Amino acid sequence: MTKSIGTDMVFARSNDVVAREIDGMLIIVPLTAGVGDMEDDLFSMNETGTAIWNMIDGKKTIKEIISGLKEEFIAGQGEITKDVTGIVEELLKRRMIVEAASS
Amino acid sequence: MNGDTYVIKKNLSGILPHAQLDIELTERCNNSCIHCSINLPAGDKISSSRELDTDGWKNILRQAADLGFMTVRITGGEPLLRHDFSELYIFARLLGLKVLLFTNARLITSQIADMLADTPPLEYIEVSVYGMKKESYEAVTGVPGSYAGFRNGIQSLLDRKIPFVVKGALLPPNKNETREFKEWAATIPWMEGTPPVCSMFFDLRVRRDSALRNSIIYKLRVSPDEAIMILTEHPESYRREMAEFFDRFASPSNDRLFTCGIGPACVDAYGTLQPCMALRLPDLTYDLKKGSLKEALTSVFPRMREMRAENPLYLERCARCFLKPMCDQCPAKSWSEHGTLDTPVEYFCKIAHSQALFLGLIKKGEEAWMVRDSEERIKDYLQKSR
Repeated sequence: MTKSIGTDMVFARSNDVVAREIDGMLIIVPLTAGVGDMEDDLFSMNETGTAIWNMIDGKKTIKEIISGLKEEFIAGQGEITKDVTGIVEELLKRRMIVEAASS
Repeated sequence: MNGDTYVIKKNLSGILPHAQLDIELTERCNNSCIHCSINLPAGDKISSSRELDTDGWKNILRQAADLGFMTVRITGGEPLLRHDFSELYIFARLLGLKVLLFTNARLITSQIADMLADTPPLEYIEVSVYGMKKESYEAVTGVPGSYAGFRNGIQSLLDRKIPFVVKGALLPPNKNETREFKEWAATIPWMEGTPPVCSMFFDLRVRRDSALRNSIIYKLRVSPDEAIMILTEHPESYRREMAEFFDRFASPSNDRLFTCGIGPACVDAYGTLQPCMALRLPDLTYDLKKGSLKEALTSVFPRMREMRAENPLYLERCARCFLKPMCDQCPAKSWSEHGTLDTPVEYFCKIAHSQALFLGLIKKGEEAWMVRDSEERIKDYLQKSR
């Protein structure tokens, strides 16, 4: 069941993956067993995903990430919120981030 | 903002500037295989004392990750002989590097296997297999008890479902076990039914360190006739595969030495970067203890790509030979056989000619470099093979 993402929640990058930047491209490399569908998969993110990933630091709340993205992207609050919760759900499912705390 | 799928599975082949770096942790091995081109005794103190230390390897791994390398192939010798193997393995994985491990599996203890299961290498481990029975295996490795160690290592991998593939070496003690080896390999899930690769054209000692060992290796190599029998066990698929190969790689021969493009670059056990795992001519290596991986890759290696052959015999034969795509001749083989970069290696020349004769590319007794209508012959061969 998908976890409901609250705007006060804080997420951190998981120790189950290593993030690398190669030639300007974000590459997520699984570190521990079971991340992703196949153990030899590498992952990247689209532009939106990369921007959100870069703001997930174990300190910022979802609300703060949304607000930070509003300054970076020309998009409405609803669209940004949908993207942020969408990627957070996906990253949680893939064990690439963990819940750090709720403020 | 955009997109419904934010996380994308990424196939990086052909995208990255540097795909793979080979690192040879040690030249020492716990086996003493008769055909090996590099192995030194496990207890070789001189070699051991010269080997790069843990910090030295970490420095190189860090540089590799910074330069964008995605995979390190850890090989040897037997890399698991290093006391710091686990530390270096985890260090590489924490840098986000994938690890391709070459091993004989004898030192895959339950602790090592647990580590490989918990922190997967993300590449199939490649296990060298020297025989299906104790007698044949140990006749090749020269080490009593080595067969049991190999079997235990394999079992540890299987028990934990750690992906691995096997490869063999066709040698007199195991020549009669080919079928058994293939049948056993087919039971390994990650082989996916593909027959194991079996080496039979053994390289001479890559450090040119033993004429005696070289004389033994010469005798272990299959003859061109034997090679054809083995390679063409399934003649139609062999013809098809070779046609695909020619279609992809056939190009006019010339005097350029490194038609391979050089690489993957290899760091030897002592911290010296060489153009590939097989080429150790001192003039073409770079001491990483005194410089950086970046410097070697950006300013030293590219110059090698422009090197041209000068040996008249090479220019008369190899530089004009249309069989080059199927011939093992290269600067590394020339170096290990003759101590130069551009001397034709007769053995590989004969193997290539035998294959060409079978495929109808040349007639009996014909020398491929004398053929004037090679383009028409290749075209004709490709048409018939489709």
